[in-house]
Amino acid sequence: MAGAGPSGKSGKDAAWAPLALPLMLPTWAVIGFFLLLPVLLMVVYSFLTKEFRGGVIWEFSLAAYDQFFISRGLFGDEPASIEWTYIGIFWRSLWQAAVATGLCLLIGFPTAWFIATRPPASRSIWLFLVTIPYWVNLLIRTVSLKFLIRDNGPLNEFLMGIGLTSGPLPLVNTNLAVQLGLFYSYLPFMVLPIYAAVERYNFALSEAAADLYASRWRTLREITLPVVKPGIIAGCLLVFIPSLGAFLAPDLLGGAKTFMIGSLIDEQFKGSQGNWPFGAAISVILMSLVLLSLLFYARAQRSQK
Amino acid sequence: MKQLRALALLPLMASPALAEGELKLYHWFEYIPQELVDKFQSETGIAVTIDTFDSNEAMLASLKAGKIGQYDITVPGDYMVEIMAGEGLLDTFEPAELPNFGNIAPQWLDVPFDPGRKSSIPYQWGSTAFAVNRDVYQGDINSLTILFDPPEELKGKINMLDSQGEVLALASIYMGMPQCNTDRDQLKALMDMLLAAKPHWASFGSDTAKDVLVSGDAAAGMIYNGFSAKARAEGANVEYAYPKEGFVVWMDNAVLLRDAPNRENALKFLNFLLDPENAGTLTNYTAYTAGVTGVEPFLTEEIRNSPENNPPADAPNGSFVAVCDEATQKLYDAIWTNLKK
Amino acid sequence: MKGVRHFPGFLAITLVCLIVLYAPLLVVTVYSFNGSTSITQWGGFSWRWYIDVFTGPEAPRFGLAARNSLTIAVLAATAATIIATAASLAMVRGGKFRGRNASFALINLPLMVPEIVTAVAMLIFFTMIGIKTGYGTILIAHIAFCIPFAYLPIAARLQGIEPFYEEAARDLYASRARAFAHVLLPLMAPGVISGWLLAFIISLDDFIITNFVKGAGMETLPTAIFGSVKQGIKPNIMAISTLMLLASASLVTLSWLINRKGQRSP
Repeated sequence: MAGAGPSGKSGKDAAWAPLALPLMLPTWAVIGFFLLLPVLLMVVYSFLTKEFRGGVIWEFSLAAYDQFFISRGLFGDEPASIEWTYIGIFWRSLWQAAVATGLCLLIGFPTAWFIATRPPASRSIWLFLVTIPYWVNLLIRTVSLKFLIRDNGPLNEFLMGIGLTSGPLPLVNTNLAVQLGLFYSYLPFMVLPIYAAVERYNFALSEAAADLYASRWRTLREITLPVVKPGIIAGCLLVFIPSLGAFLAPDLLGGAKTFMIGSLIDEQFKGSQGNWPFGAAISVILMSLVLLSLLFYARAQRSQK
Repeated sequence: MKQLRALALLPLMASPALAEGELKLYHWFEYIPQELVDKFQSETGIAVTIDTFDSNEAMLASLKAGKIGQYDITVPGDYMVEIMAGEGLLDTFEPAELPNFGNIAPQWLDVPFDPGRKSSIPYQWGSTAFAVNRDVYQGDINSLTILFDPPEELKGKINMLDSQGEVLALASIYMGMPQCNTDRDQLKALMDMLLAAKPHWASFGSDTAKDVLVSGDAAAGMIYNGFSAKARAEGANVEYAYPKEGFVVWMDNAVLLRDAPNRENALKFLNFLLDPENAGTLTNYTAYTAGVTGVEPFLTEEIRNSPENNPPADAPNGSFVAVCDEATQKLYDAIWTNLKK
Repeated sequence: MKGVRHFPGFLAITLVCLIVLYAPLLVVTVYSFNGSTSITQWGGFSWRWYIDVFTGPEAPRFGLAARNSLTIAVLAATAATIIATAASLAMVRGGKFRGRNASFALINLPLMVPEIVTAVAMLIFFTMIGIKTGYGTILIAHIAFCIPFAYLPIAARLQGIEPFYEEAARDLYASRARAFAHVLLPLMAPGVISGWLLAFIISLDDFIITNFVKGAGMETLPTAIFGSVKQGIKPNIMAISTLMLLASASLVTLSWLINRKGQRSP
């Protein structure tokens, strides 16, 4: 979400203004027709009646949202109460994504800071080192991680070999493994925007503070952090959004024991339950959550200015 | 590097595209030996492409989401043949269209899920129960308690199939209940039993079911009998159980799909599968049992005598997975979601 | 005045970060040279799995998948780059035209919608309008979600180019097309090339969306790999993964060198 934002200095550079609309046309045609329209159609589907074992019947129905939010017991004849099953799945996904984002921030911020404060020549080499693994297929990275941390895998053999642990650490098929997997998948997304923000930061501000005998940590907290905050928020969003809908890490590293939002949606379309309107409704709710976090981001950016 | 690879492979890829056309097969993972596909291709000149799925339900969903009309043949389990026929996803053929039709074993000819075999032929059949690593646990494994109320040695080391139908069917068998049950107390008891058992399970995985036993990531696992035999062949010290409460039996069938783009080639392939020698090659690979007469001479000694294919004399009968109506299915869906929430 | 920039432990954390990022890939690279069929035992150094990748039983399948992946990635990246270049001219040099904010949101839409949602939405859409899923549907989906990735570096580059180069050309009575082709486009080239490479790699890497919109018998490299690794990681997959690491590293190096060269010129 970088690049020429709506706030770009647009007054002076208007040489292409007469052609602006035709130039935007291909974007509108492709993304509008093949992404925006499908997403809107999905919203419509979430209000349709389900066909048994996949498909929809074109009749308006709130059944999908009803199933998500309202419980009437296993047999559907108890008094209506709040359905916690799906809210619970969302909550766990949010929590997993939040922990992964936190881990990324914990490791990513110092890394980005360290790289941004190198001399310009070595900076790009460090950056290069951080980004390369990201270009390896996510699937392969996830499977590699699983291979590394399995009970009799290299990590446990190493730890037992040097006598740090007496038995294998049970890592695979735990929530921790999923969080590690998400962290590992999206770490560069955290480093890059923070790096960009710190690199642009004018360190004269910090130096001025230091001259006034503020400690390094206090300078960081009170002078630098507010300025690089948009980078941090952008990084958090770039990790949080894909983590929320993640699908491979829970499946491969978590042992598929519990539904996450991604696998719950997948189950409605590719699994045994075959409930398209419900899958569409979960997607709509997930998208609303993402939009909310983006609004939060936009507000945070505006308050910056 | 990838470009180089692709270039290196171009001449290889040009060869099978012969004029005799193609066959699109939608198949289970790891369920047909390459040599059999090669043999069919060289005998007929038909190029075979194979996509794989890992559960009956995933296959159905994908066909309903627009893939019908793109494949010629798929391989559903017994109950799924019935469902697919009900959904109008199958084409029919006349026995005369398959010269080898008479090779179908008599007991698999007039099956309830496809009376008279109008759309399907037997592919392989077998059972679903569980296997235990004997290095880890030496006790009695004659009961489904191994999965649902495991001994101390196996707790936290069990892999379950990630297949709603089969897990819930096996759980019902363990509880001594009928499938497609609507009895409230019994269903509640079923759910409570599953929720109590879940903490003892390490993972859910169908396609990984063999690998976790071979690698030692799991010490016991719900598994298909032939898959367990393969795990043993790959070096895992596992024993497959025919539990006293019962187990799931199934038959996978090759079916002719509606709107098959290459119907003639599909019939050739079905006929090819009914040839005893080919059925033997298939069985030696999958380690299950063929539904074709006359395969015995083509089976290897290990497959013919494998403990996985020869239940002990006192083993009970297995049960097929039942097809429930929509209202009942909803209850089982809710139980499964509750189990995985 | 180094004090305000340097914090104790940040170097250590950076090293931890790199170890975390590389350890799994290094382990897989090492094991791809394992002579044994078992992934758990070391059977001596061997190239056998690399030979297997090219000549083994799965070679034709992976070969075809690799070819599909490559052609789709080239076509999708090229189309997305052309569309994104046009869009960046409008967004950066188009003044305050009507629908500018909406256009900006639209370009970024593929980044904002979670992948699984995009996948499901496209599946519903293609099923409903009755388009047969296959090569074409994968391609169109890839073009759509590659546009923002191509757009980011191109727009960033264009923002850094002062308008007076083009104005000077126009003052000398060059037509808009000539001024664009001979002045602006060469200046934009580094951004356009990195945009193309970024889109190319994003397309090459995509699994979730492709898995939903692919048709019968159509595999890309990620879906073919997924089909294999679901049953457990095998040595030939480790060899493929090492080859992909090498390919990606060389592409990123290339893109980086081009970008660096671009930054030196105006």
